[in-house]
Amino acid sequence: MLLLGTLMHVKQISRSPFEVAIAMVVPIVQATLAVYLFRSGGEQHRLIEAAVGAGLMGVWSSVLFGSGGAIQNQRWQGTLEMIMLAPRRPVLVILPITVATGLTGAYSLLATLAWGRLLYGIRLDFAHPAAFVAAAVVCVVALGMFGLLLASTFVLMRNANALTNALEYPIWLVSGMLVPITVLPAWTGPIAAVLPTTWGARALREATTGGPVWPSAGICLAISLVCLTLGGFAMTYVERRARAAATLALA
Amino acid sequence: MDSDYAIEADQLRRTYRGRSGWLRPRRTEVDAVRGVSFTVRRGELFGLLGPNGAGKTTTIKMLNTLLLPTSGTARVCGHDVVRQTREVRRRIGYVFGGDRGLYERLSALDNLRYFAELYGVSPRDRKRRIAELLDLVGLAGRERERVEGYSRGMRQRLHIARGLLHSPDVLFLDEPSIGVDPVAARELRRTVAELAATGTTVLLTTHYMVEADELCDRIAVIADGQIQALGSPAELRHRADGRRVVEVEAYGVPDTAVSALRGLPGVRETAVEERGALQLLTVQSDAHVDVQGEILRELAGVRLGRVSSREPTLEDAYVAIVNAA
Ligand SMILES: Nc1ncnc2c1ncn2[C@@H]1O[C@H](COP(=O)(O)OP(=O)(O)OP(=O)(O)O)[C@@H](O)[C@H]1O
Ligand SMILES: [Mg+2]
Repeated sequence: MLLLGTLMHVKQISRSPFEVAIAMVVPIVQATLAVYLFRSGGEQHRLIEAAVGAGLMGVWSSVLFGSGGAIQNQRWQGTLEMIMLAPRRPVLVILPITVATGLTGAYSLLATLAWGRLLYGIRLDFAHPAAFVAAAVVCVVALGMFGLLLASTFVLMRNANALTNALEYPIWLVSGMLVPITVLPAWTGPIAAVLPTTWGARALREATTGGPVWPSAGICLAISLVCLTLGGFAMTYVERRARAAATLALA
Repeated sequence: MDSDYAIEADQLRRTYRGRSGWLRPRRTEVDAVRGVSFTVRRGELFGLLGPNGAGKTTTIKMLNTLLLPTSGTARVCGHDVVRQTREVRRRIGYVFGGDRGLYERLSALDNLRYFAELYGVSPRDRKRRIAELLDLVGLAGRERERVEGYSRGMRQRLHIARGLLHSPDVLFLDEPSIGVDPVAARELRRTVAELAATGTTVLLTTHYMVEADELCDRIAVIADGQIQALGSPAELRHRADGRRVVEVEAYGVPDTAVSALRGLPGVRETAVEERGALQLLTVQSDAHVDVQGEILRELAGVRLGRVSSREPTLEDAYVAIVNAA
């Protein structure tokens, strides 16, 4: 049920001309960004690290906009009512959508790496290739669950779109996708520690450059399970609110 | 504890609260449904008729759990629509008119697969069920095309197929024949009649009187959020008993002439329908008063087409009920 749902939503998202255009361009930009930011450093493994970070930024953007907009989108399409009519928990209905956004985001990660290799000749040697793949999967699933929590809280807020835009860059920074957390001011530490993105990024970096991947991946997964639980409760509450306020349909 | 009735609505009310205005938000309240009660027996085909904005869709959405009633209660197959949402959802299908509500970039087949999964059709039956339904709605052979390339009528048929996926006990059809061509509409009516004959309870709204007359066992006419009349099509037609209808085709009738007609002795209702350059005037009057002569005198100087006099139909009865509301 979750699998088929995810597959269908990936299909639906990935066939949007707008999304495809973005997906073509953004990874190139990200690869370029990574390369020029770190060329001065000149070290090969810094480059690949940066490319991975940049790719992860793409995953985050995809999840943020996709999940934040997931409910709004379904509403515009008129499909929200039809999926909420299913005799299932609202979480199970919405989760495939947010995981799908994570998956399409994962493509962005791969594409960034591919372009980095093609255009700039970044050598793709990972310290733990298998662990990298595993960490990437964990990352996508975790972001999907995190997205679920976002999706449900966003419906309750009036200015969800503004918030979406406001969240994009801070999370990139705070969770250390681009620069190591250690160079950030100390007050960001606690915030970073509760974001699954932080641990996901860390797991990916460790898989790239060497280091203990599994603890970070584990923490990332644990936090996202908490997100899933919270998101589950939030969705049930949100669904009831929406039925009372008549916001499942557009008009 | 399933009851004898498929649908029981008791004093349903729904008020929409909203905000309008941007700089100076003002609270708005619309009483869309104001105390609607009715019951539908199992296997019955029940029609809900009424003018635009009467509250038909709102009533349906309260019954199919998409909206919480502001007050009042309703049960579907004996299950409360507010407290036993999942039990209700398992047993109902919902089809609405219009071309939204589908995944545009997926094929019809993928849409059906996805909703079959969501609505809990067992994997074993899924393939067979989808094939059956594609056949039923006449989309077999085109199921692999993306929905964005579908015509309005094709989308509508896909909606219907989706609504039937899990073989619901109770089917809510909200203007299912919008945008469907006459031949397909006839097939749709046959399908609905067959479903009802095999025990499915159907709650139908439509603006086509012929459809309602042909299909429904009973009809409720709703206007201003309240039921104005309820009965079999024959019973409703009796509302217009003792009346006669004069139809006049005219070109360029001034409004003053129409209001003059309304004032004629014996005249009960008047309606004007624009048909391109032509206007169709329908005048209902008491049967024992011959108003045709008076009408033609009032319309002196207006170019007229065919003039005819006939027995009232369900539509005339409907117009009378709605105008009286
Ligand atoms: N989401 C909403 N928010 C505020 N008002 C609404 C909402 N939905 C419907 N209304 C109002 O409630 C009233 C009843 O609407 P409803 O859609 O039930 O009518 P209807 O009988 O289905 O009409 P139609 O024949 O046009 O489909 C209308 O006045 C409409 O403006
Ligand atoms: Mg309606």
